[in-house]
Amino acid sequence: MSHHHITLTVNGRPHKSQVPARLTLVDFLRDVLLLTGTHTGCEHGVCGACSILLNGKPVRSCLIFAVQADGMDIVTVEGLAPEPETLSILQDCFWETHALQCGFCTPGMLIAVRALLAENHSPSEEQIREGIGGNLCRCTGYKPIVDAILLAAERMRRSNAGASDATAG
Amino acid sequence: MKAADFDYFCAVSIPEACRLLAGANGEGRIIAGGQTLVPLLAMRLARPSLLVDINRIADLRGITLSDGAVTIKACTTQADALASDVVRKHIPLLAKALGHVGHTQTRNRGTIGGSLANADPVAEICMAALALDGQILSHGPKSKRTIPCSEFFRGAMTTALAFDECLTAVRLPIWGHTGRVGSSFQEMSIRRSDFALVAAAVQASFDDEGICRHLAIVVGGCGPTPTRASAAADRLIGTRIEEPDLAEATRLLRETIAPQSDPHASADYRRRVAGELVTRAVLEARREAMGTA
Repeated sequence: MSHHHITLTVNGRPHKSQVPARLTLVDFLRDVLLLTGTHTGCEHGVCGACSILLNGKPVRSCLIFAVQADGMDIVTVEGLAPEPETLSILQDCFWETHALQCGFCTPGMLIAVRALLAENHSPSEEQIREGIGGNLCRCTGYKPIVDAILLAAERMRRSNAGASDATAG
Repeated sequence: MKAADFDYFCAVSIPEACRLLAGANGEGRIIAGGQTLVPLLAMRLARPSLLVDINRIADLRGITLSDGAVTIKACTTQADALASDVVRKHIPLLAKALGHVGHTQTRNRGTIGGSLANADPVAEICMAALALDGQILSHGPKSKRTIPCSEFFRGAMTTALAFDECLTAVRLPIWGHTGRVGSSFQEMSIRRSDFALVAAAVQASFDDEGICRHLAIVVGGCGPTPTRASAAADRLIGTRIEEPDLAEATRLLRETIAPQSDPHASADYRRRVAGELVTRAVLEARREAMGTA
């Protein structure tokens, strides 16, 4: 059995640990760092529930071993809100449009959408469906999730426009 | 659903990766993006004693344009290849194929070389590489070699690579000088971005009169490896690809492929779908080449 020392950053905080080679990154996040917001669904890369941002890009954390993430920067669902006890605009919109029922897929969905909206400020419905294509939801039928993303994109555009107006003023 | 134990080594150079594989006597496996290998490990369908990680070898990333070909190094991610202007401009067939490969999350880790070395019979990247007459560049413990894609895919999930050999790049020739060029990738799957039941990759060139001068047709899901539909292509070369030509070519295609039945689709269904997808792909490639919508 091989063990390895790793250093990585999760939601802005540095962590050092020793991990067995076969430990997946999602199990490391949940069982070692106790960040249980990231969910383990299928554990073989199909459902998308374990999606995280790795160096800013969405990936499935069940398909990477913790040892491979040495030196990398990770954002999990716990890192999406601006401060504790608050919700990001995106999370707020999920709540408002009932974009979740059981909530199992929600952390992965939020991560996928965070990445989508960072690249595309006004995605079409088709682009949204493509963007969340790697995340399975068995409750909602996806419609309320698409609604939440359209609403969030609009609010984020308005909030950005307001911010740049303020800067300009 | 957890991988069995293994030793892990992060290689810093290609020769080191080959040395480690040679020392593991066939029990070692390279891990690149891991998008297929990690599920196989989790399901214990693969149980290597050593994983050699090649992700941090700087020499294995990048896309270059030289000598009439685009060379994509093995660990270039599918997302980077899809976003590459060089790929879109010079080998658009690969960009079209990549749009069907997995999802954003898997394309961000999954690599071009990993997909080629994995050799899934319906892998879009393998099909595009074969259609473009690609060459696989590999590095063994003692020497390097170049393997044409037509000799590289030996069977389902089986390639010409030895156990201690590392795929380092794929070289994809550009059809720059051959007239008006168009391409198309068509796929049928149960869900979008799921494994294809059948897929077709086509690249064609035409002269100014609209006569087809070069044509590459590759089908996936119709045998253990991506398959060149040479008889169908030969029937269409030299024609304007009119309705009777296409009907005859798809008949030849259906006769020459040997798909298998499985719980998802029967062999007969696959044969019919292959004919339809090749028809669509050839027509779309012609529209693109001739600039008529």
